[in-house]
Amino acid sequence: MSNIIASTAPKARQLTPEEIHEIEHEKKHYPYAQAVGLEALKIVQKYQGWVSDESLLAVAEYLDIPPDELEGVATFFNLIYRRPVGKNVILFCDSVACWMLGCDSLKEHITKRLGIDYGQTTEDNLFTLIPVPCLGDCDRAPTMMVGNQHYRNLTPEKIDEIIAEYRAKG
Amino acid sequence: MVKITVDGKVFEVDPNNNLLQEILSQQEDLPYFCWHPAMGSVGSCRQCAIIEYANDEDQRGRQVMACMTSPREGGRYSIAAAAKFRAQAIESIMTKHPHDCPVCEEGGECHLQDMTVMSGHTYRRYDGKKVTHTNQYLGPFIGHEMNRCITCYRCVRYYKDYAGGKDFGPQASHNHTYFGRFQEGPLESEFSGNLVEVCPTGVFTDKVFSKHYSRKWDLQTAPSVCAACGVGCNITPGERYGTLRRVVNRFNHEVNGYFICDKGRFGTGYVNSDERIRVAMTRTTRDANPVLTDPAAAKAQLLSLKGKAIGIGSPRASLESNYALRELVGAENFYAGVSDVEFGLLNQVLDIYQNRPVNIANIKDIEDSDAVLILGEDLTNTAARLALAVRQSAKNLAKELAEQAKFPAWHDAAIRQLAMGRKSPVYILAGHATRLDDIAKKVHIASAQDSARIGFAVAHALDASAPAVSGLSEAEQALVDSIAADLKAAKRPLIISGTSSLEPALLNAAANIATALFDGDKKANLALTVPEANSLGLALLMQGSSNTLGKALSSGKKTAIVLENDLYRRAPSAQVDAFIESLDYLAVLDSLQHPTGEAANLVLPAATFAESSGTFVNYEGRAQYFYSVFKPVAPILASCKWLTEGKKTQEITAQIAALLPNGEVLNKLTPGPDFTVAGMRVPRQQHRYSGRTAMRAHINVHEPKQEQDEDGILAYSMEGVPALKDSTVFNTPWAPGWNSNQALFKFETAVGGPLKQATVGEHLIVANASSKSWYAADVQQVSGAGYRVVPLYHLFGSEELTARSEAIQAKATSAYVALNPADAEKLGLGVTDGVQVQHNGSVPVLLRDSILPGSVGISVGLKGLNFQNMSATVELNKANDWQTPKDWRSSNIIVSDKRDI
Ligand code: SF4
Ligand code: SF4
Ligand code: FES
Ligand code: FES
Repeated sequence: MSNIIASTAPKARQLTPEEIHEIEHEKKHYPYAQAVGLEALKIVQKYQGWVSDESLLAVAEYLDIPPDELEGVATFFNLIYRRPVGKNVILFCDSVACWMLGCDSLKEHITKRLGIDYGQTTEDNLFTLIPVPCLGDCDRAPTMMVGNQHYRNLTPEKIDEIIAEYRAKG
Repeated sequence: MVKITVDGKVFEVDPNNNLLQEILSQQEDLPYFCWHPAMGSVGSCRQCAIIEYANDEDQRGRQVMACMTSPREGGRYSIAAAAKFRAQAIESIMTKHPHDCPVCEEGGECHLQDMTVMSGHTYRRYDGKKVTHTNQYLGPFIGHEMNRCITCYRCVRYYKDYAGGKDFGPQASHNHTYFGRFQEGPLESEFSGNLVEVCPTGVFTDKVFSKHYSRKWDLQTAPSVCAACGVGCNITPGERYGTLRRVVNRFNHEVNGYFICDKGRFGTGYVNSDERIRVAMTRTTRDANPVLTDPAAAKAQLLSLKGKAIGIGSPRASLESNYALRELVGAENFYAGVSDVEFGLLNQVLDIYQNRPVNIANIKDIEDSDAVLILGEDLTNTAARLALAVRQSAKNLAKELAEQAKFPAWHDAAIRQLAMGRKSPVYILAGHATRLDDIAKKVHIASAQDSARIGFAVAHALDASAPAVSGLSEAEQALVDSIAADLKAAKRPLIISGTSSLEPALLNAAANIATALFDGDKKANLALTVPEANSLGLALLMQGSSNTLGKALSSGKKTAIVLENDLYRRAPSAQVDAFIESLDYLAVLDSLQHPTGEAANLVLPAATFAESSGTFVNYEGRAQYFYSVFKPVAPILASCKWLTEGKKTQEITAQIAALLPNGEVLNKLTPGPDFTVAGMRVPRQQHRYSGRTAMRAHINVHEPKQEQDEDGILAYSMEGVPALKDSTVFNTPWAPGWNSNQALFKFETAVGGPLKQATVGEHLIVANASSKSWYAADVQQVSGAGYRVVPLYHLFGSEELTARSEAIQAKATSAYVALNPADAEKLGLGVTDGVQVQHNGSVPVLLRDSILPGSVGISVGLKGLNFQNMSATVELNKANDWQTPKDWRSSNIIVSDKRDI
């Protein structure tokens, strides 16, 4: 059994010079290399879109942290993606204010339009839908983010427009 | 001490402990999950909630977690008033927990079951969907069923924080928190088995037990002692249907506390093995096939050898069996069943303990030490439980910092934050990297001889009257100064060494350092490890005798009786061959077949530790009595019973007591063969033991008479007063409402403290030397052609008996040599090549950076090499026609300095 596992187990990939450069920069802000774990994961995700096993092992090796420990960090935070995500990640707020203003039906709407539920990615790899608790924009609820862009006072129509816009960009 | 009131009852409690611990120490029931007596508090499960009142007038009070609260003088508390909250807390936990008690192995000894019942949450209102997880393959020892997790975090705190494991951790968050490895695969820690007992639910299960599972109440158990190394951890093995099913920890605060190692827990499969000797046999000549013999005739034959034979004793047989053989053949004909080098070392250990001003360190002393020097021991592989204790000692700086910062010692998470990885100093001088290196202040790789020189120099640095060493390098001198300074500054310094490096000078150096630290008042801690369960017992029985094994082999006597021993593991093969050839008659008593037994004219089936009672003496010289767990199937008998005529085990113990200096303490180990409670013997079976009449019904519907134990004290029965709170014989912990092992506190005088009446063993060695004397700083450097031999021990595989257990084999490998990559290159070796070892076979090679150039690590006791054939140096050559043996599994060798490419 252990032999089978050993042969299929993922191996660390090479970190890119850009990734290393940024991780080194972050390191200066912390007393221990280990403390940079989360930042390093964010850096890798910025370049790779998500954190694969190979990336996680690479960061662990680079910072000399047991991969098991780094995995704890990686999986603790919802916004570190341990599975591939679509080109555009929709962070959909399902917290109190947005819920009061009807985010439940908007979620239904998105799901119907894109054919995906929370945690899923569209077949054309354009969208991934993820719930988040409060985007700090409650006074303009319901809200969501696509990539780094905030969208406020959402309605079904507005959502259709946004989706169309991103589809057009491809 | 402070006075507190809990629900109207007044208690005197220790303000340095948390309230939960103190309330439990008062034997009150208060539920908890995340707190553990050995690991302190983190306050995460919210199960130990109580109400604290501000003063006598306060009616409402405020809710606090007992495990996170220090008792205060005059404090008034209520357990009852927070009952509703605790029930709610457990109800919320239960929304995640499956309803699978009937198929869960924890069922019947589950802390979660107990706490749920205790909290009064008996009806589940939640009927929604539950989280499900994917389980991982965690190796041959531990099963994984994550759906049962209640996120108490005990497993992580144990595995990572306590035991230093790195390949396990918490993942994700809120209601999908997961506890496992990054990728599935065998858990690397040698102490993984404790997860089974630490987890309050059925997430981690004992896989060996799972294969032939039984409920706790259906197991027949007895207080026993692990036979797998010289530490002598206390265990409770359980039997059902004539086979040994599992081993769990048995608390002894001076030997093993709450934890044992994986060899002790998973290594007893040999008891049920097909390779057991189950009948008496005779052979006319060496090569003849064995013939079944009537046991009575066989015994008569054995006893008829009285006066004619020499006897060879055994470090893995009980004191009683060794003594019985000694009586049969006469003391002058009784020889040590260990290699001559080892015999010398064991005598030296006795000499040091008896004649130097040192404190022989028990597990508590080790854990409490604030500076440790390990001289030439790979502790994890030679005395595993002590390695776990040393790991705790490194945390004493953190505790000290906490004390200075004025926060309590039980505040686990806070203390770790405060220390930020700072540790008490641990120095390791060894022939190669070891598993404790990660906590070491300094690891110094050196030959045993050079380590001894450094040791002598440390002693001299501490006390100028200790003999000095010359010719140290600058780096060595700096190391000496650093070690001496840390030991001197420490309040409770500890020196650890042992016999495994096979270097007498190391023991002497360790003794000199401990002596140098003696200030005329306080003695320094010294622990010297020994190889086997009764190595020191055998040595004590033979103290003053010069009957080495070498002398036995060349004694010229024509008749020999060998007790529980395979001589091929004790002396060079050729020498043993010649000895056996020279004999007219060889009788062997043992439990498993081996080459010595296969050449015997008379073979007698001996009971294992699980089927016999007797005394083992551990590395401290502590004598501990183990009771048979179940009756061996006839004609198997304890060796001491084969060797004597109708004697009770304790009668033999009493004879030894009369023989040994300070031997009278042996009589205190048991309450004596006539002991009864309410006119009955103490039952080995719980009062709920089921199927007594049914379990044999397929053979005969008449219930047979219960098996009798001639030794008395315990009965192979459920009748009698079970080992309850005030048991003299502490068996399986159980108390009303407390079915899991957490019931233990009901038997302790205070949490973590001594058991109320059970014995912790007795010290056979009186260490009362009070004046300083020194061993000469003589070190015999190794010379000779070839590579210098460094013995490599393996927790899984080096010990003879446990190596014959399936679970251990799955974690072991066949023999090999370890070389520095540079030397391998010189020899033209690649990782897939074999090495021809002088006087021995050909074996695979492992490349290790920490093996010094010019040295070779040679595996001890693993299949494929006889370490006894080795001299101090060996020639190595690339093997021709090499084929890698199928049992070669380098992945099972967990070392940090291994090179794969
Ligand atoms: S696996 Fe067991 S010990 Fe670990 S958190 Fe879950 S219930 Fe607690
Ligand atoms: S440390 Fe030794 S005595 Fe203790 S459980 Fe392990 S093998 Fe047995
Ligand atoms: S609740 Fe949606 S932005 Fe705050
Ligand atoms: S035991 Fe006190 S909070 Fe868990």
